[in-house]
Amino acid sequence: MSDDHVYLSLAEGHDDSDARWAFGTGFEDPLYGVDTAVPEGLDAAALAADCLALGDDALVLAQRLAEWVTRAPELEEEVALANIGLDLLGQARLLYSRAGQTDGTGRTEDAYAYFRDAADFRNVRLAELPNGDFAFSVLRLLVFASWRLAHFTELASAPDPVLAAIAAKGVKELAYHRQYAAEWVVRLGDGTAESHARMLTALEAQAPYWEELFAAHDVREAVLADLRQVLDAAGLPMPAVPPLPGQGRGGGHTDHLAPLLAELQSVARAHPEATW
Amino acid sequence: MVTVLTDVRRARHIAEQVPDPELPMLTLADLGVLRDVTVEPDGTVVADLTPTYSGCPAMAEMRAGVAARLRDAGFGRVAIRTVLDPPWTSDWITPEGRRKLAEHGIAPPNRAPRRPAGPVPLDLSPTRRTVLCPRCGSAATEETSRFAATSCKALWRCLSCQEPFEYVKEI
Ligand SMILES: [Zn+2]
Repeated sequence: MSDDHVYLSLAEGHDDSDARWAFGTGFEDPLYGVDTAVPEGLDAAALAADCLALGDDALVLAQRLAEWVTRAPELEEEVALANIGLDLLGQARLLYSRAGQTDGTGRTEDAYAYFRDAADFRNVRLAELPNGDFAFSVLRLLVFASWRLAHFTELASAPDPVLAAIAAKGVKELAYHRQYAAEWVVRLGDGTAESHARMLTALEAQAPYWEELFAAHDVREAVLADLRQVLDAAGLPMPAVPPLPGQGRGGGHTDHLAPLLAELQSVARAHPEATW
Repeated sequence: MVTVLTDVRRARHIAEQVPDPELPMLTLADLGVLRDVTVEPDGTVVADLTPTYSGCPAMAEMRAGVAARLRDAGFGRVAIRTVLDPPWTSDWITPEGRRKLAEHGIAPPNRAPRRPAGPVPLDLSPTRRTVLCPRCGSAATEETSRFAATSCKALWRCLSCQEPFEYVKEI
């Protein structure tokens, strides 16, 4: 350890023999030491595309959740949103690593996160919408977690053992995320006139993006059952608004994704060889 | 054969003593993240580790810790495997680990919910969870936040002695 420059000493020994806390790029492969063979007869390209899309959903929403840090209404909520974002970031890292092993390019997680443009991202548009107010953010989190939880529950028996294991682990985390968001939606919907009105506004604004979720993964019944249960308890109506055409899964995004990525990717692109 | 057996036992013992980076009062064995230690025919020591949470930033630190201690103990070839399946559960924290947590003012986890495979039901009724205050033993406690400084813990407070404390979440 050198004392003269704190960042130098942090960066020392940034290799396998003496890994310290990681800060930005150059993380170790999160699938390090996992048996990464693709089972015989499995369509590796399709598997890679699935992993990439699910990784993009998680990375983009993790970034939105991180934007709440220093801005949340209370410290407890800030810690909660940051923790949920960290879980999603962990899922994204595992999924990107799996994509890199199966799409034939051997790319690392950093290559997917930092060196693709908005049109190459496959996340659903719901994940990229700006945070809005706290009501908007917890409603989005509820729908996202419910949808991902239902899909991951199915994926836990996917034919690819690595994806199945990532999903099985994610199920436990997503159940916590959904619970947190559900309790807040009930509290705000069933709260003051102001909080109720804000939940109504959030519902009207987000419902047009729900159809896209079900087109990507057909878990409509499970998600609507969760939503009905929460909205009933919150005294909120199920919104009836027509879906907005378009598919983030096909690379069609709102104008909000590019600025989000610009911030996420700026340092890595300015210093492409750096690890920190 | 005898040497191999002795090596396994010695390697296992060394790996079991490595402290967890986030809960340093626990060893990796106490936490239940060290799943197995074996020795390959060519003498390579293989340690199986499992992450607590997908986003756990301590995994690289754990891997490096186990590898370094084994190398220091004279094992020339060391391989660390990440095991994702079955996923970690707080039920794997050993009785010794639970005792150490409580001793350090952190309430150990209750039993994780037994869930059959299939959809996870959403329960909006108030959670009935008894968590004993690690300081005074009172059962009059309440959750203040489901999330805390690390993914694996929640924030609670004791209504008897008024002290806040952390609780390792059951998962
Ligand atoms: Zn107490």
